[in-house]
Amino acid sequence: MALAPAITDLEQLKERPEVAALLAWNAAAVTGAKFDRNELTIWVDRTCLRQACQTLKDDGVLQYSTLADITCVDWYPSEPRFEVVYHLFSIPNKKYVRLKVKVPGSDPAVDSLVPIWPGANSFEREVFDLFGVRFDGHPNLTRIMMPENWEGHPLRKDYPVEGYR
Amino acid sequence: MAHMNPTPVLDPSADKTMILNMGPQHPSTHGVLRLLLEIDGETIVRLMPDIGYLHTGIEKTCEAKFYQQVVPLTDRIDYLCPMTNNLAYCLAVEKLLGLEVPPRAQWIRVMLNELTRINSHLVWLGTHALDLGAMTVFLYCFREREDVLRLFEAVAGQRMMTSYFRIGGLALEPPLGFFERVKDFLARFPANIDEYESLLTSNPIWVNRTKGVAYLAPEDAIALCATGPTLRGSGVDVDLRRDQPYSGYENFKFNVPVSRDGDVFARYMVRVQELRESQKIAMQALEGVPEGLVKADAPHVVLPDREKMKTQMEALIYHFKIVTEGFTVPAGEVYSPIESPRGEMGYYVVSDGTAKPYRVHMRSPSFANLQSLRKMCEGNLIADVVAAIGSIDIVLGDCDR
Repeated sequence: MALAPAITDLEQLKERPEVAALLAWNAAAVTGAKFDRNELTIWVDRTCLRQACQTLKDDGVLQYSTLADITCVDWYPSEPRFEVVYHLFSIPNKKYVRLKVKVPGSDPAVDSLVPIWPGANSFEREVFDLFGVRFDGHPNLTRIMMPENWEGHPLRKDYPVEGYR
Repeated sequence: MAHMNPTPVLDPSADKTMILNMGPQHPSTHGVLRLLLEIDGETIVRLMPDIGYLHTGIEKTCEAKFYQQVVPLTDRIDYLCPMTNNLAYCLAVEKLLGLEVPPRAQWIRVMLNELTRINSHLVWLGTHALDLGAMTVFLYCFREREDVLRLFEAVAGQRMMTSYFRIGGLALEPPLGFFERVKDFLARFPANIDEYESLLTSNPIWVNRTKGVAYLAPEDAIALCATGPTLRGSGVDVDLRRDQPYSGYENFKFNVPVSRDGDVFARYMVRVQELRESQKIAMQALEGVPEGLVKADAPHVVLPDREKMKTQMEALIYHFKIVTEGFTVPAGEVYSPIESPRGEMGYYVVSDGTAKPYRVHMRSPSFANLQSLRKMCEGNLIADVVAAIGSIDIVLGDCDR
């Protein structure tokens, strides 16, 4: 099974229902899209993330009713440094979609999704704890894995794997 | 930050309430879960779970290992379903590589995954019943669990940390007589389930202790990102084995048990019926397992057979290259979700084109499902917390990673 090349052109992907729904809502909020290995990724501007999730959740056909996962990737030393990754799952259509938000290292913050899905709470605390990305509007943004007096964020790429900190 | 208390504290919100600390060393929290309970008499006003006592930084460790070296780390996450974690990771990397796994390997993977589900559900049922005062069920469940662990030992050489799956297939062909042993176990297992059910399902003490307790509404379960039996116990019909088939699950016939009641009893019934369905799937896999190889034909990824290494120079070179340098994986990212006994176990793997994963993230079901505990317990009696914890079936290794 050879790998099909990834489609990274937004123009070619605008027929996809998820991309079309977001473009119809606010074309400026969608900054890119990728279809690779049968998975759809959409990049969303970080100021519009919460509304974008709300749009996908409220869409009568798509119905991305639940959040599967939130995580983050650190692309240190390139900028924007962080990519916060959201996996949404549509229970009626049994489909996943991936939303991504680019977050600069100088001001690592993005809107919290707790007002839409209370279940985002633990996932966002984990990303905050291990990457140091803040989630604005989160009710209790504290460390969850590491002790509260821990210094640094272990999953950042500039955090050493061995030796003393 | 250094002045802060290393563990969270809770302050009483009213004069008449008090704070009760439960765990992390508490036999019925199933590991090192700490709960902070604000109680007003016997009623819970607020519940705050405190996790992280078992955080070992596996996601960080993965970034320093070759792709094939991550496999043994994955079964240390959830020690009750090692094969499920192995499978989710292998599927993710195989998808990144665009590697096709031979049908025989896929069917054996399905069979072992269902045995893992039986193993996990037996531990859950035994300990859950023990927490609520039914000692006998525990002994019966662990008797059958021992049989499953012996099967794992036969196939992988290890009872719990199996690491039997490899990227591209299985480590090696199962030993002679293995399928007969599995068949033997599966043939007598339905009678064992009847035995557990005869002790619990219509037992008035059990029913009183579980019916109507720790209710979770379907809309809350969805909003709180619950998955697996916790979600299906609330009447939401999602099972990734049927809805997003992986590893050839589309070839098997099985039902997805759902219950609309949303209480501890409903989650109990869903899991007990899942035991029966797992037995059926494993039986189908056993009867239909195709002939052929258990490893993909991809010499740059899959380690060669020992015999070939002794006779063929190429095999020896490939072995040396894979062990010392690993293999490169084309850049990209995949999210591979599978249905673990606890819910959606998803591996998000990012490759930057080198031999080591750039990022491995495990979306673990226990971590997400634990959030429903608060909804289940607040406003209810303190005696039911133990029933609620048992009913969401968390494994703290899976929760903290």
